[in-house]
Amino acid sequence: MTSAQTTVSLSIDGNEMQVLEGTTIHKACESAGINTPTLCWAENLTPVNVCRVCVVEVEGSRTLVPSCARPAEEGMVVYTDSERVRHSRRMVLEFLGSGVDLDQATPLHEWIVRYDADIARYDQPDLPAAIIDEPTKIQDDLYIRDYNRCVLCYKCVEACGDDAQHTFAIAVAGRGFDARISTEYDVELPQSACVYCGNCISVCPTGAIQFKTEFDLRRAGEWRPDQQEITRTVCSYCGVGCNLEIHTQDGRIVKATSPADHSVASGHLCVKGRFGWRYVQPSI
Amino acid sequence: MTDLHFTSDRADSTEIEAVAAAIGNETVVVVETERLIRGGKERRNQSRHLLLPALHALQRAKGWITPGGLNHVADVLQVPPAEAYGVATFYEMFRTVDPGHSESVTHVCVDAACQIAGSDMLSDELTAAGSAVHRSPCLGQCERGPARFVQGVGTADEVPADAELFVFHQQGDPSLRLLKRIGVVDPGSLDSYRANGGYVALDRAIEMGAAAVLDAVADSGLSGRGGAAFPTGVKWRAMAAEEGRPKHVVANCDESEPGTFKDRVVMENDPFSIVESMTVAGFATGAENGWIYVRGEYPLAAARLEVAIGQARVAGLLGPDVAGSGHTFDIEIRRGAGAYICGEETALFASIEGFRGEPRSKPPFPTTHGLFGQPTAINNPETLLNVLDIVALGADEYRSRGTEQSPGTKLLCLSGRVANPGIYEVEFGTSLGQVLEMAGGLTGSGELRAVLLGGAAGSFVGADSLGLPLTLEDTRSAGTTLGSGVVMAFTTDVDMTPVLIRIAEFFRNESCGQCVPCRVGTLRQHETLVQVGRTGSITADRRQLVDDMARAMADASICGLGHTAASAVSSALALGLIGGAK
Repeated sequence: MTSAQTTVSLSIDGNEMQVLEGTTIHKACESAGINTPTLCWAENLTPVNVCRVCVVEVEGSRTLVPSCARPAEEGMVVYTDSERVRHSRRMVLEFLGSGVDLDQATPLHEWIVRYDADIARYDQPDLPAAIIDEPTKIQDDLYIRDYNRCVLCYKCVEACGDDAQHTFAIAVAGRGFDARISTEYDVELPQSACVYCGNCISVCPTGAIQFKTEFDLRRAGEWRPDQQEITRTVCSYCGVGCNLEIHTQDGRIVKATSPADHSVASGHLCVKGRFGWRYVQPSI
Repeated sequence: MTDLHFTSDRADSTEIEAVAAAIGNETVVVVETERLIRGGKERRNQSRHLLLPALHALQRAKGWITPGGLNHVADVLQVPPAEAYGVATFYEMFRTVDPGHSESVTHVCVDAACQIAGSDMLSDELTAAGSAVHRSPCLGQCERGPARFVQGVGTADEVPADAELFVFHQQGDPSLRLLKRIGVVDPGSLDSYRANGGYVALDRAIEMGAAAVLDAVADSGLSGRGGAAFPTGVKWRAMAAEEGRPKHVVANCDESEPGTFKDRVVMENDPFSIVESMTVAGFATGAENGWIYVRGEYPLAAARLEVAIGQARVAGLLGPDVAGSGHTFDIEIRRGAGAYICGEETALFASIEGFRGEPRSKPPFPTTHGLFGQPTAINNPETLLNVLDIVALGADEYRSRGTEQSPGTKLLCLSGRVANPGIYEVEFGTSLGQVLEMAGGLTGSGELRAVLLGGAAGSFVGADSLGLPLTLEDTRSAGTTLGSGVVMAFTTDVDMTPVLIRIAEFFRNESCGQCVPCRVGTLRQHETLVQVGRTGSITADRRQLVDDMARAMADASICGLGHTAASAVSSALALGLIGGAK
């Protein structure tokens, strides 16, 4: 950060404000206390602006613009709650909910109510709306992939690639509604480049990529996040100092995550930090 | 030592040789220690633009892209195999599943013009005769449907109709500007091109200087002919002002809008005009690299452009000192592999760069962040063709045709139920009725029901629109578009419901899948129309749903594909072409 930073003035929902040049509209909204939904955006990833749930109306722009990626400009007039904005957000949520299972996509539940999204209206008599319907990929003891929950937000691809791990084990394959996150030729993870860092799990917003431990407990009806305790500690394997959050339920470890706002690892871990806790407890 | 991980599948010698013949033998070396640093990533991406040609080579060698073949290419180019697979699965012309045979595959077009010309029947006949048939989106041969494209295995791709006599209905018309050489010039001869007025514009441009060329293009009022009608002069000036190097001129020859075939006719019959006009563009904007991205289904166009580029190089009209001007400019050809979305300019860049053809968010625009993130002027070939006349005749003379807001002439692609389908050059302002008359009037048994203007991304107008002057301003105020110049006529004997269902299916299939409104919206729109087809009518709540989806796609999609994916369907409903009413 240089000392001489330029600011830009803009108006959001009628409120004049100033932000540093380069600040996205989404960040500006946040600082104005306006809650803007986002699905594909995360603090520790490059914006891909694909989910379109964060769109806002900018005066002079023919179409709505993605607030997560568009920097605020001098004199911009932004509306975050106009009829156009509400309509597109509602439709995006309906589109998502009509094709995949959002049961575990907790943040979306509130938005679906907020924007009055009617997910059921896509089924027609004798013609149910196409959904993603594939068997869950259970290929090892560490994590599972359930693409029936995948909203194709690209976060896992980014975390596996340039934004964190640089492993490039997964990418988007196919096109349109048939596009899927995939290894080459959909080979099983143990044959792929995957190094089991689990960073894809930590960024997934819908439970499409999930710890095997969590998956098993959910299947047994024993997953109780409200009764879980989170203990913050430092990973004991090497000297880097990644912070760990150990989630325990009934005195047993159920998963390990990392705080996204921590300066050392920005929420990312390696296979040891993520999965190497079984010496404490061989099984759940 | 490299850090990429590969499965144990290996390429065989056929595949290795095919890849070497396509992209050379040089293996990219990226050592593990530099994989995370900017320089390492840049070096890894430097050769990635060879991925698409390499995948073409694999597909042709075996009839599909085998895991071993993909591993080989990924290793040679140091592209992660998962990403290479993501690219391979993006394109209609690539197979990543063993088809179980090594016969060539006949693609049969199933889009509107061919659909009403009997493509289903042709496809059944070919299948019955034992051919491997693939239902294909528009093949850009709408004047001679039902169209076929044969994708070879071990042999070159071919279009059977290319062997037939080429018919151009306006040949010899002295008022032609853009098409004056079509059917007259020998497309394989630079001498013949020169004898027919070729390279006059480049000489004139060099004489005038770059700034004067930019002025002339701006003064001419020329706007983009690919569909968006953006002012060419504004685009070129913005790019010329960029100081970043290198700079690129790209000819967007990925003509894939259903109903559009004008660029194919020009590339096949007057290829030097594309080469010359790109050279003028390079000279005017200070770009040294030219790229022609031609759709994979146009093998003849690609071959003739390749010959033209070769001859221009030998004659010193491309290369380090273009026609003695001191300016450097050369052109490379890239073949697409079947993806409508790659006609979207930023998707086209991604495709050349060896990534999935997914559009990028704009801004930034191509003039500053185009191909390889560098300043780029990307134009439709018809737009470029206009520049030759603007430079040779001057902006004033150029503007003597057309209207004040739509100067010049326009190429139109006449198809559907007209007597003489084909490409026509008309002055802006000619009425829709006059244009249909030029094409010999209607054919078939019925009356005129509707005309599709601008292709699948355009809209239908009714039979009461024959007086509509075909200009940018008049079509816009009538709520329609000239788009890429599609004029497809439908008579009352055509059942419009299957046509509309197919248009909806087209968008469903061609959506890249990146953004939610388009990925899911195009699917739901198609499902809704299938239901309309079953019941023969549309209920009020389905009608509301169609409108709701159309608004969201137009408002919230990333690119033009999503923005226009509902426009033909919406216009058809408004006109009562489907779903009852009229």
